[in-house]
Amino acid sequence: MTQAELVAARTPFPIVSGVVGWIKRNGLVAPAIIFAVVVTQAPFALTIWFSLQKWNLLRPENSRFNGLGNYIDILTRGDFISALIVTVILTFSSVAAALIIGIGLAELVNQRFPGRNIVRTLLITPFLVMPVVAALGWKTTLLNPVFGIVDWLMTSVGLPRIDWFAEYPLIGIITIIVWRWAPFMMLILLAGLQALSDEVREASKVDGASPSQEFRFIVLPHLKSYMQLCVLLGTIYILAEFDTIYMTTQGGPGDRTTNLPYLIYQQVFVSSDVGHASAMGVLVVVIVYVFASYFIKLLPQLMKGNQ
Amino acid sequence: MAMTGRLALGSRQRAKVATRQGSAVERAGTLRAIVAWVVGLLFFFPVFYLIVTGFKTEAAAVLLPPQLFPFGDQFPAGFTPTLENYKAIFDRGFGPYFLNSIIVVVASSVLIVALALPCAYALVWRRGKRSSNVMFFFLSTKFLPAVGVIIPIFIIARDLHAIDNLATLVVMYTAMNLAIAIWLLRSFFDEIPRDVIQAARVDGADLRMEMQYVAIPMIFPGLVATVFICTIFAWNEFFFAVNLMATKGATVPMFMIGFVTSEGLFWAKLAAAGTLAMMPVVVLGWLAQKQLVRGLSMGAVK
Repeated sequence: MTQAELVAARTPFPIVSGVVGWIKRNGLVAPAIIFAVVVTQAPFALTIWFSLQKWNLLRPENSRFNGLGNYIDILTRGDFISALIVTVILTFSSVAAALIIGIGLAELVNQRFPGRNIVRTLLITPFLVMPVVAALGWKTTLLNPVFGIVDWLMTSVGLPRIDWFAEYPLIGIITIIVWRWAPFMMLILLAGLQALSDEVREASKVDGASPSQEFRFIVLPHLKSYMQLCVLLGTIYILAEFDTIYMTTQGGPGDRTTNLPYLIYQQVFVSSDVGHASAMGVLVVVIVYVFASYFIKLLPQLMKGNQ
Repeated sequence: MAMTGRLALGSRQRAKVATRQGSAVERAGTLRAIVAWVVGLLFFFPVFYLIVTGFKTEAAAVLLPPQLFPFGDQFPAGFTPTLENYKAIFDRGFGPYFLNSIIVVVASSVLIVALALPCAYALVWRRGKRSSNVMFFFLSTKFLPAVGVIIPIFIIARDLHAIDNLATLVVMYTAMNLAIAIWLLRSFFDEIPRDVIQAARVDGADLRMEMQYVAIPMIFPGLVATVFICTIFAWNEFFFAVNLMATKGATVPMFMIGFVTSEGLFWAKLAAAGTLAMMPVVVLGWLAQKQLVRGLSMGAVK
């Protein structure tokens, strides 16, 4: 027995002293774990507890335990279902478009050509730009119906003028998100392509494969686990998208671009409805964890591929 | 560049003796290079245009066809640059926002390194039965969306009078990036050859010496990249900032809220503010590009 365990065995509070002993034995790991538990796990446990209460910050005197009442309310209320649908559309189309474009970009910069490093640097820049700045820049200089470059280009080739954020607000938001996430996916897929040896690709050429055959039968199967990684990480982050919506449409017009994080934000910081907002928060966490558990299964496989 | 120059020369020499099929391959390569450049410039254009708009007058900022080059009016699509907007941004009080962001990012980076470095080291070189459980515990914290914790954090911060206090953001950003830092540093520590650590142990190094004189110097570039990546995420973070800060503790992304309703009136100032807001971490990201993919995938992809 170590000193810590002896001390632990003698003290009259076994749980407390057990914890103290564990900290002493795990001095390097314990601070980080304790920090993470206090700042992430404990608040989430409180969110679950809040989700079972009827509690509005403006009328705290009416607070009471409400069981699963909040969950029944939100699942039968239009705003939650509507935000869920917006979230699914936004996430699915953004991830799909970013993945397809990301594959194209990765293939494009995987070959050698003059200035390849500069092009790759240009391509990853959208991912580094502060999301609120990206959203404002797109909304004004590019997608504004009167002064924006996109509408100017469209009208100069005879297409109609479109007020993107009034008429097709989701398309506007998806465009900005895809612009930011396609480079992210490119980076991961590029790492995948570079792990594919040139000999394999050369061999397929020698065997008479056309470029499209080579891509379909050699490159795509090799990229499968990298693509899964892109989809999972993209889904987890885009599901939680908030900045772009806040800066462009503020959830509108009406609730056409209100996704779940934005609805929760409105519930707490506009309506002060802690109970219902917490229940929605718990449901979002459940959805994200379903995806995250796939990610965790995928991880060992990816790491093996990189050894 | 010297490399690519030599390659181009090589391929030109090869082209001389190439068959017709060879020159077709060559042409396809040139075409793909041109496409790559065009696509790269297209993706970069919104950033480029924001930067140049920041140097225009408000009247020039909304002109179409757009003016693109700050080389004076005589130049095709050119304009005469001005620093008026940058002056106006600082007159509007951009300085304190910038300072707040720097304080938060530096403080949370220090805290992250202090927590993550020993933890990651122990997970690789003091491996125990539960090490992989610990790793997955941290991974799971990364997947907890902000909306899952914001409500209790907000209420606790309110009750502790910690709303609008930068320390609150420091704690949140540390928690947000801790998992990335631990996983990244773990992947760097993992690359140290086993013999090196064992040699240090045979020579009688204790844990502190082993880390201080052997392991940390070996992964130092990785440590710098880790700090860069955490800095990028913390600098750009908006959700916690907008919900937990107000006036005193407002960070750079919150400065941009003032431009949400500017209907064509303040684009040049918006662009100048946006340029100042984004450039610090854009540059960090360029510097850390090689490690970026590893950071984004929690160290899974190298």
